[in-house]
Amino acid sequence: MAEREPSESPTGPQAGRISQADIEVGRARIVRPDGSHDADAVPDLDDQQLQDLYRWMVLERTFDERMVSLQRRGELGTYASGRGQEASIVGSGYALEGDDWLLGTGREAAAMLLRGVSIRDLVLFWRGVGDAAKFMAEENAMIAISIGSQLPMTTGAAWGMALDDAESVVAAYFGDGATSTGTFHEALNFAGVLGVPAVFFCQNNQYAISTPFEKQTRAGTLAQRAVGYGIEGIRVDGNDVLAVYEAMREARALARGGTPAFVESVTYRMDAHTTSDDPTRYRDESEVEEWERRDPIDRYEAFLRSKGLFGEVDREGIVEEVEAEFRAGLEAADDYPEGDVEAVFEYLYAELPPNLEEQLAAFEALLEERPEINDYIERRPKG
Amino acid sequence: MQATIVTAINDALHTAMAADDRVVTLGEDVAESGGVFRATEGLKEEFGDERVVDTPLSEIAIVGGAVGLAVYGYRPVAEIQFSGFLPPAFDQLVTHASRIRWRTRGTWSVPMVVRMPYGGGVRALEHHSESLEGAYSHVPGLKVVVPSTPRDAKGLLLAAVRDPDPVLFMEPKRVYRSFREEVPEGDVEEPIAEAAVRREGEAVTVVSWGAMMEPTTAAVERLGVDAEVIDLRTIAPMDTETVVGSVEKTGRCVVVHEGPRTGGVGAEVVARINDDALMYLEAPVERVTGFDVPVPMLAMEDYYLPNPPRVAAGIERVLSV
Repeated sequence: MAEREPSESPTGPQAGRISQADIEVGRARIVRPDGSHDADAVPDLDDQQLQDLYRWMVLERTFDERMVSLQRRGELGTYASGRGQEASIVGSGYALEGDDWLLGTGREAAAMLLRGVSIRDLVLFWRGVGDAAKFMAEENAMIAISIGSQLPMTTGAAWGMALDDAESVVAAYFGDGATSTGTFHEALNFAGVLGVPAVFFCQNNQYAISTPFEKQTRAGTLAQRAVGYGIEGIRVDGNDVLAVYEAMREARALARGGTPAFVESVTYRMDAHTTSDDPTRYRDESEVEEWERRDPIDRYEAFLRSKGLFGEVDREGIVEEVEAEFRAGLEAADDYPEGDVEAVFEYLYAELPPNLEEQLAAFEALLEERPEINDYIERRPKG
Repeated sequence: MQATIVTAINDALHTAMAADDRVVTLGEDVAESGGVFRATEGLKEEFGDERVVDTPLSEIAIVGGAVGLAVYGYRPVAEIQFSGFLPPAFDQLVTHASRIRWRTRGTWSVPMVVRMPYGGGVRALEHHSESLEGAYSHVPGLKVVVPSTPRDAKGLLLAAVRDPDPVLFMEPKRVYRSFREEVPEGDVEEPIAEAAVRREGEAVTVVSWGAMMEPTTAAVERLGVDAEVIDLRTIAPMDTETVVGSVEKTGRCVVVHEGPRTGGVGAEVVARINDDALMYLEAPVERVTGFDVPVPMLAMEDYYLPNPPRVAAGIERVLSV
């Protein structure tokens, strides 16, 4: 048994109290909002990689803009944009390696792309095409729509990696809202007890749909929660791509060493929760404008300029390139074959049980007998 | 060997863990103490504390952790100490375990077992007596298995551990130790999704499962009727063929279960008979079930649970038409 009460810990009538005032958690930052930076703290990345981070952030921005406009045109079901969170998404995703798993929440497109998921598959996902999750799974990635529900599974898959002595980690991506769920607590606590290679990456973008951070918790920060689970916490400026990269790299190393880590990446959701949401109902434009001034791409551009690395970067060229990539992905998604009714039933079990065989056969026969059912289904909106 | 249900389960776990080192047992008090019902006794000593793991008091972490282990390639057997404590973790079954194969179009799968003692009649506190197999069998992608004998407990649990999909394994704790029978040594599976005909007969079909097999059998013996007694054994996917085939022969049917009546498994049995064998019926199908109330506190639970005279009354009613 571990020593629970170290002999040097104070005792007495006033001992044993702890309050928010005892805890001051800062925020890891390497590049300041004006682009100036702490030279010693810049991660060990070569010039090419430093420029690559910029490209990925521009890709995230362009991707989000394109996806929102596709949805407006009725070509997607809904979409959760990561605009404003590019540094958080890209910095973290760039730190993942090899066979790492990513169990996400949907607002981390570039991190998914960095794992090997394609633009086509992300478009398919938001079109509600089931095969998208298949292609994600092939890259060890998944999106969980039910908030926080993937966190216990994160602990479990990381446990599998520990049993296998694998070199990888499981990274869970989620938002501030997820930290209020019971699953968050149970998953982080269990991960701590087991000492498995799990990284819990929280993009604290200040809102869970309309609910601001202050209504989510009375705690000063989310990162401090890590202490309650005996794991490591890192709170990082989520609009500083280098600081996020470094935090995630460190979290990954800690997790590999048997200490799960919780990263709170403090950022801001510039767009609506999803395309179905109207943020003007619950937040002031002045707040949005304030965060616009903290734009993560502008900040990183200033950093690259100060390092003399921006000369070779052609933002317009990158945008053109990214848009071409997006068009190609979209075309591939458009060409993706439509599913048939069998797809609704298949893969629920390794082997279709008789009741499902029967339901499928009866429905197929009915569709044959009553073509108007098919006509009705085909007339329903798909976007 | 002679075994009770609980010793047969213990034997199945030993057998499964010895046969496949990907099998991991997890749950509250399963390792050091061997489980509150001793179902996991000796596993830690034989297989070590990497594969037999005491967890925090955390049902969501137990079931959700098992999902992750299974997706990663292990075959976890999670114990929920009492089925009344599953509801917080029901989310993990509904949201992930039951649909990950379907979601990922066969790329990932969740070969896991959640074992849990269920049912009333053991004079326990609140939340220690429910039978919600009806609710669980409503979840697409989940298999729900309920053994009623030591032999089936062993064989079905072994099959559940090897099953490629998630299985909720509900153990009738009321009869955990109430009788012994000969259970085959070694690695012998019983097939999931196949009902067992416990007694052949011509006059009436009586369908039940789990702990209700005992009052069902007692009622049939008391009445001395020529009943065909079917132990459903697997609730989902249900073996409709055996039930319907029997009803076609007898023309009468009684379903006995201790879960609540509305939306219960009995209702599904009636519906399937309605679909496939309505014209064979000589009388409406009778249901002898728990009521649509929570299982009462222990002082009153016997008013809730179907017992031999209640089952007998149901059989008589269906025979009287």
